Amino acid sequence: MLELVGTSLVYLLDPFVLAFAGIYAIMALGLNVQWGYTGQFNIGVAGFFAAGAYTSAILTTAAADNHLGGFALPIIVGLAGAVVVSGLLALLIGLITIRLREDYLAIASIGLAEIIRLTLKNEDWLSNGTRGVFAIPHPFQGMDASSRNLAFFLLVAAVLIVLYLLLERARRAPWGRVLRALRERETAAQAAGKNVDRFRLEAFVLGSAVMGLGGGLYAHFAGFISPEVFEPMFGTFIIWVMLIVGGAGNGKGAILGAFLIWWLYTFTTGLITLAPVKYATQLGALRVMLIGAVLIAILLWRPDGLLPESRDVGGEKKRKE
Amino acid sequence: MLTDILQLLIYGVILGSVIALGAIGVSLIFGILRFAHFAHGDLMTAGAYFALFFMTATGASIWLAFPFAVLAAIAVALAFDRIVYRRLRRTRPVILLIASIGVAFILRNAVLAVWGPDITVYESGIKPPIRFAGLRIKEDQLAIIIGAVVLVVLLSLFLQRTRMGKAMRAMADDPDLARITGIDTDRVILWTWVIGAGLAAAGGVFLALDTRLQPTLGWDILLAIFAATILGGIGKPYGAIVGAMVVGISAELGAGLPGVFGADWSLTAYKPAITFALMIAMLLWRPQGLIGGRT
Repeated sequence: MLELVGTSLVYLLDPFVLAFAGIYAIMALGLNVQWGYTGQFNIGVAGFFAAGAYTSAILTTAAADNHLGGFALPIIVGLAGAVVVSGLLALLIGLITIRLREDYLAIASIGLAEIIRLTLKNEDWLSNGTRGVFAIPHPFQGMDASSRNLAFFLLVAAVLIVLYLLLERARRAPWGRVLRALRERETAAQAAGKNVDRFRLEAFVLGSAVMGLGGGLYAHFAGFISPEVFEPMFGTFIIWVMLIVGGAGNGKGAILGAFLIWWLYTFTTGLITLAPVKYATQLGALRVMLIGAVLIAILLWRPDGLLPESRDVGGEKKRKE
Repeated sequence: MLTDILQLLIYGVILGSVIALGAIGVSLIFGILRFAHFAHGDLMTAGAYFALFFMTATGASIWLAFPFAVLAAIAVALAFDRIVYRRLRRTRPVILLIASIGVAFILRNAVLAVWGPDITVYESGIKPPIRFAGLRIKEDQLAIIIGAVVLVVLLSLFLQRTRMGKAMRAMADDPDLARITGIDTDRVILWTWVIGAGLAAAGGVFLALDTRLQPTLGWDILLAIFAATILGGIGKPYGAIVGAMVVGISAELGAGLPGVFGADWSLTAYKPAITFALMIAMLLWRPQGLIGGRT
């Protein structure tokens, strides 16, 4: 038993696990722009995640007659495509929904994400339906399995650091201050002559484009995607838990939350091997319940997350209602 | 052709009845507690499985198991209110919404952990449908419509004739105004959960009776329930019923009509998408609901 816990702990530092955690951290950073900076309640993360993943997969795979594709473009082009397509999708969705109140945006965004998932599930010509897209190229194809994972993790880490620095800069810049101003009190931002809708739309598109990049990286790392990956639990909910546990509004918090929750989830996978195989589904369900319980515990006892948002601009105080 | 359309309408009313039983609760909770209750679909699932539990444990029929399922779902809802929602009531409503998503995943996976992922039914075996003037309806489906009508009449008596019912309507309509007139808000909230969860369990059992039991049973219909709630106007239980019928009928017509008119394609796979699109259009065009209510 103890030995197994030990093995599970070592497994947490496996580049394979770290790379997935890093990809989720990128998506949590994207969500942080929307919810953390701007207060936009997007629970359709899975839609942009899927758009990025499928775009990059379709652009880079070799010719296949079971889905749209065969462009065999370099991976970097695929990732750029992922950013562009998810950004455009966000622009389209944002233009329609940007003025919705937060709880209505929640309902609308999850509806749109489900429409996207249904489309990917049913339009075989586009996405090969439920069978998914496979043989998605890996950027470090030539290497052996373990160094391939390590190289990919380093790539993800580099992307993560660059994104963190850029988004942190944007947050401190006047642009980010306007976002927070309109989150705290929209009328005040409006009175200060800010075009509220435009700033909202920019934040929504930026956040979604980052999620799309995360989706593209996911596709190239996993090598296989299907509509199942983008179901609400792993496409959206887990990313929300990561951001809230880590601390919304704080980029470091988003990253910390992503690693902690992914580790918690992976660690419990290791423990499952202790139990008989026939209980695998049951134990899998218990792990998801655990994540739900962590979310509720944080909301009850530490609502600002482990690393709360810094109040470094002009000593501003978060308005409590 | 006319028969085919009428047949689709019947299916729409059946679906609408199930949606209505969920939407009444969501509308009351949205009106009184001010948040979109994302765990409502999974509460329906839990209700459906509680009935299954009672049937397998006692060998009773589904109709004997029905009150047990309703009571068990009410107990679950009250427990979650006490442990989670009540303690978050002083924060912003959106925090309650996030918490309810957490509760939704806990409930659904509890069902999965206890009953497993396999699709089951209450009673196996195929019963021939009742035929009337070229139309078909199964006994179970007839029971669903009658059951929903009975429950709605009971709800209506409660809302119109009792003090608590009137207080509840007042609070759903304008919480602040209700509070200053001295309404006991804690008791109203308690009754909101009793009514909401009870009807949710009924809707869950009916849905499982019409289709099959599976852990995503209620989650899959949640967005249709939100659509009905918004269509009817938040905090308006009667509006929710109208909204549910509109959603149910348009989903069935949207999925079935192309086939009726001889199209070689079908939108059946996109049946949920039809309701989501309807809901989003509604949010943008008339968030106060078709009949008018508050936003």
